[in-house]
Amino acid sequence: MTTATSYRTCPRSGLQFERQAELLMKANAFFAVVWLLIGGLLAIGVVLTRWPAVRWLEADTFYMVLTAHGIDMLIFWIIFFEVAILYFCSSTLLRCRIATPKIAWLAFALMLIGSVVTNVAVFRGASSVMMTSYVPMMAEPNFYLGLILFAVGALIACFVFFGTLVVAKREKTYQGSVPLVTFGAITAAIIAVFTIVSGAIILIPTWLMSLGVVKSVDPLVYRTIWWAFGHSSQQINVAAHISVWYLVAAIAFGAKPMSERVSRTAFLLYILFLQLASAHHLLADPGLSTGWKVVNTSYFMYFAVLASMLHGLTIPGAMEVAQRQKGFTKGLFEWLRKAPWSNPTFSGVFISIIGFGFLGGISGVMMGTEQLNMIIHNTIYVPGHFHATVVVGTTLTFMALTYYLIPVLFKREMIAPKLAQWQPYLFGFSMYFFCLVMMGAGTLGVSRRHWDMAFSGHALAYEWPGAAYLMMALVGLGGMVAIVSGAAYIYITVGSLLWGRKLEPGASSPKFTPIPRAAPSAVAQTYGSMGFAAPGTFVLAMVFLVAFVLYYFINWKYLSTLWGLS
Amino acid sequence: MSAILPPAERLWYKHPIDRVEGTWIVIALTWCLIMFAMMVGWHIWGSQNLSTETYRTTPDKFMAKTQAMVDKYTVRTETDEKIPVVAPPAGSDVYMLARLWSFYPILELEKGKTYKLHLTAMDYNHGFSLQPANINIQMVPGFEHVVTVTPNQSGTYSVVCNEYCGIGHHKMVGRIYIK
Repeated sequence: MTTATSYRTCPRSGLQFERQAELLMKANAFFAVVWLLIGGLLAIGVVLTRWPAVRWLEADTFYMVLTAHGIDMLIFWIIFFEVAILYFCSSTLLRCRIATPKIAWLAFALMLIGSVVTNVAVFRGASSVMMTSYVPMMAEPNFYLGLILFAVGALIACFVFFGTLVVAKREKTYQGSVPLVTFGAITAAIIAVFTIVSGAIILIPTWLMSLGVVKSVDPLVYRTIWWAFGHSSQQINVAAHISVWYLVAAIAFGAKPMSERVSRTAFLLYILFLQLASAHHLLADPGLSTGWKVVNTSYFMYFAVLASMLHGLTIPGAMEVAQRQKGFTKGLFEWLRKAPWSNPTFSGVFISIIGFGFLGGISGVMMGTEQLNMIIHNTIYVPGHFHATVVVGTTLTFMALTYYLIPVLFKREMIAPKLAQWQPYLFGFSMYFFCLVMMGAGTLGVSRRHWDMAFSGHALAYEWPGAAYLMMALVGLGGMVAIVSGAAYIYITVGSLLWGRKLEPGASSPKFTPIPRAAPSAVAQTYGSMGFAAPGTFVLAMVFLVAFVLYYFINWKYLSTLWGLS
Repeated sequence: MSAILPPAERLWYKHPIDRVEGTWIVIALTWCLIMFAMMVGWHIWGSQNLSTETYRTTPDKFMAKTQAMVDKYTVRTETDEKIPVVAPPAGSDVYMLARLWSFYPILELEKGKTYKLHLTAMDYNHGFSLQPANINIQMVPGFEHVVTVTPNQSGTYSVVCNEYCGIGHHKMVGRIYIK
């Protein structure tokens, strides 16, 4: 049963890497960064064209570039990286061999071929249909084929992950339950299976339609099922990057979860309710009943929002408890002041947590409210929101994790450590700004996916308020700073792989070393004040809640001044 | 480093919950239920709720109904393309269609009066984005969406297409006048 492989114990982290799993992680993470690079270059075109005073690209090029930017970033960069994370959370954290490495390489090949095929189709120019590719607008058949191949590859990767869990259990590399981070990764993988199957259900007939085999696909059915794929794929990210937050809290602070029960239950709520959120995209649609919209868009009474609010408390809370145990107990926030702010792995994750909650979370719930959705649907507020969740949340988290992985997984010393220290701040804060002004412009009604907000030369042109133009210029500015700091990330990571000093790989052995059984420990409730183990985090959470409540009701107030609609 | 290690206690679902988390769960759950109640309550007490009255339609059928309204109630035409401006009586059924790349026709409605506005897209998906009010509704081909509207302010409103619909998307803008 044991195949010939070897296990390397990293001298810097104590993590154990199985050879095949290590190669697979490297390959997937590397191509993720390649797609981030391409998506980032495309972002220059998007940002400089939407800046009204610049309007760099021609309309047809702009729509093509925007289509490619969306797909390369939202799908290829993120999912390649997530596959690496799945292998890490199974094989590395459970110290076992990866199941069926050959099939895992097949998955990788399918994903790579699929991503290239779709990009070629887009850059041939006849597939500028945006990531959503709503029928009856049609792209080249290869546009869909590439996505389908990629999806099949990703699905296989999920099953390799599940298989690896079985291997670990059977070969008894650990005892008891899987670690919390692995538990979160399982959540992500389960959501991924649902997502990819939905994608297949709708993209295969659409592909056949583009080939002329199927006569038509109903536009509303397409939208409904496509979003079970399109939105859910972002939910994979949420589960994945929250797992990474727990991982980084453990790495940077030695933090343990405040309560395994709360954190794991929150992940379970994701499995049960997070998927319903694809209804967010259909709130302004005809044909779907109010009851359907309300139940689904609220994730069945906001149980998935509850889960996110719990993670948002327990992760900084775990950090606070760990810091207080180290003696940083002065006042409410000494633990935070004395955090390792010059470690980009920590700073990136912390900036991500705050931005994801305040910008992405609050705006997401607002726009996912059935009635409030009418005042933002398809405005540039929507990309403002999802750049806060996907870029500030997922991308920044993955960047932070990369800084950890360069010495540990890639065995290289990081080049330009000073630049790496600054990069999360520059990228994170420029993205905060970018998202805020985008949401500002969206609040004024500016459309997303639009080449010319001035409607130049049109007899019925609508004159946007001056503030909208100002905001869009600021979007351009913030976007460019973010792109430059994204380039810094690419320079540091790729540069480290090419020129970084090689580091000691650590002892290799033909057999895994099982994870020793941890001794039961008392729960850390003796720190803090008034029986509150993490009072500082609780205060931060209350600040969050106040911001949330105010912003939520301001929007209702505005809605109430509009035309009567029923 | 226990988030990346198996928990020491065998049954994770029996771990104690500390006071910070317990308090936060109660607060967060309460807020979640309030938000849910808002959405339901607005359907009872609020006056901005998107109708879900929908019929299947075809471009021909919808065009015939729209043209009948245009023929009956056109008051003038505007722009070089002679887009009809239609002023149907208060309370009536009014039609607006979206196609590559224009809205048809221009409507002229009265403030404070209620109309049944029928919307559809003739070809691709389009967006009905009423500015500067910023009311946004999706227009899906094959579906006739009947929205009851009561304009509450007079003025010139623009209808911007905010669903990407091809190379002429950014040229697609229409108008509604409220008297």
